[in-house]
Amino acid sequence: MSRSALLILADGRFPAGGHAHSGGAEAAVAAGRITDAVSLHAFCRGRLHTAGLVAAALAAAAADGVEPLALDEAADARTASAALRTASRRLGRQLMRAAHAAWPDPQLDALAAALPRGAHQPVVLGVAARAGGLGPLDAAHCAAYESVGGPATAVVRLLGLDPFDATAVLAGLGPDLDTVAERAVTAARSAAVQGVEALPAASAPLLDIGAETHAARATRLFAS
Amino acid sequence: MTVTSTSGASRTEPPAPPGDTSRVSATARIEARPDGRGGTALPLLAGAGPLAPRRTRAPVPGEAHVTLVGAMSAPLGGDRLAVEVGVAPGARLRVTASGATLALPGAGSDPADYRIRLTVGQDATLHWLPEPLVSVCGSALRQTTCAELAPGARLLLREEQVLGRHGEPCGRLTTRLTVRRAGRPLLDQELDCGPGAPPGWDGPAVLAGHRAIGQLLLVQPEFESGPVQPQTLGEYAALTPLGGPAALVTAVAPDALTLRTILDEAASDLLNDRFEAVRS
Repeated sequence: MSRSALLILADGRFPAGGHAHSGGAEAAVAAGRITDAVSLHAFCRGRLHTAGLVAAALAAAAADGVEPLALDEAADARTASAALRTASRRLGRQLMRAAHAAWPDPQLDALAAALPRGAHQPVVLGVAARAGGLGPLDAAHCAAYESVGGPATAVVRLLGLDPFDATAVLAGLGPDLDTVAERAVTAARSAAVQGVEALPAASAPLLDIGAETHAARATRLFAS
Repeated sequence: MTVTSTSGASRTEPPAPPGDTSRVSATARIEARPDGRGGTALPLLAGAGPLAPRRTRAPVPGEAHVTLVGAMSAPLGGDRLAVEVGVAPGARLRVTASGATLALPGAGSDPADYRIRLTVGQDATLHWLPEPLVSVCGSALRQTTCAELAPGARLLLREEQVLGRHGEPCGRLTTRLTVRRAGRPLLDQELDCGPGAPPGWDGPAVLAGHRAIGQLLLVQPEFESGPVQPQTLGEYAALTPLGGPAALVTAVAPDALTLRTILDEAASDLLNDRFEAVRS
């Protein structure tokens, strides 16, 4: 594995469009469910163990070489909200362009050709990690971290939360991030043998409902 | 009867040792097929243990109606229950229940396991409309619902989870809903709540203190050309099209009655085509 590739892929400045999305945090702020660092921590923890786990497992499986198109179908079935499916595919398309520039690879090209409108972001992330010489655990860590990094950064802008407090929230989630990444890799290994139905399908009803509420709003700072 | 082993004994007896006989392992089976006269016959209607399916008067011509009657309180920790429903091509079946399912603590710490398997054939219709699943304090239950649909099958499915009876904390409840259509995954969702569940389940991203969670799924071929528009149904419910020809309502509510009101209204609007479709 290349530690440099991991840093580049996980860097918030990697031009993959993630900064335009709040991971449901904007809807939760608007509904009064995130008001401070404590509720941000609770939000991130819930998102990490649901949507974050699913994304991490999809990314780990893709990095492990599980068929990306089967993973994309699995991602579709695990993303009930139409708004979230659209956001995930848009992010996947943007990540594909950045990954193609960073680590040109026939597997990336094949996925882009098969799904020109964009594969789900965690699937692209896993294939990109593989192209960059990274393993399933690296891909899982990237996806898990992204699932909470996005909301934490967004809440700094949405609530004027102290960036130091937001960073402390992320650091405090360290053990949870490790647990989720390891669970994701275990699930990905099962999926390689038993098929994609062995992947986790943890859902968060309020993330799904909030995504549609958010998409229907006339004015919003973040796309999702 | 298709009981593989049953207690036969009263639930009030003292806890039995491991490998005991107080655990119920039972599978109920329902099969529906066209009767050749425009109606639906039930060639198989087999109860087992606590699960007793009864044929009841069908409110809709051509449709068969089965009510699942809870013959005793179940599932208890350690129980293994299953319901298998098959709707043959062209048949129309509606399954309801006489009351809520209560997940109760058992003698040991083993979770109960409840598996529901629904198979719906071409041009067949299944309305699977059970009553809420209530997770009682101290219980542990894993419920899986797997639906396998032919390309032209129709399914209306409602699931409601209630976390605890009035004023009590809930037990551990893990529910997974997997729907496959034409051999491909259509919907796969798991909800994991209560003591021992991954952290954050009751927090602002997942349930935020709501005690009733529901899903209403309608799969029908007509959505292939005209899927529903996503929309919110109040602050705590939303309607969304899935990746295949299906519409899903997800709702959370403070209690079971409020939840049912939301889901009933959505079901009526969906079945009567009152939601706006995406123009294709």
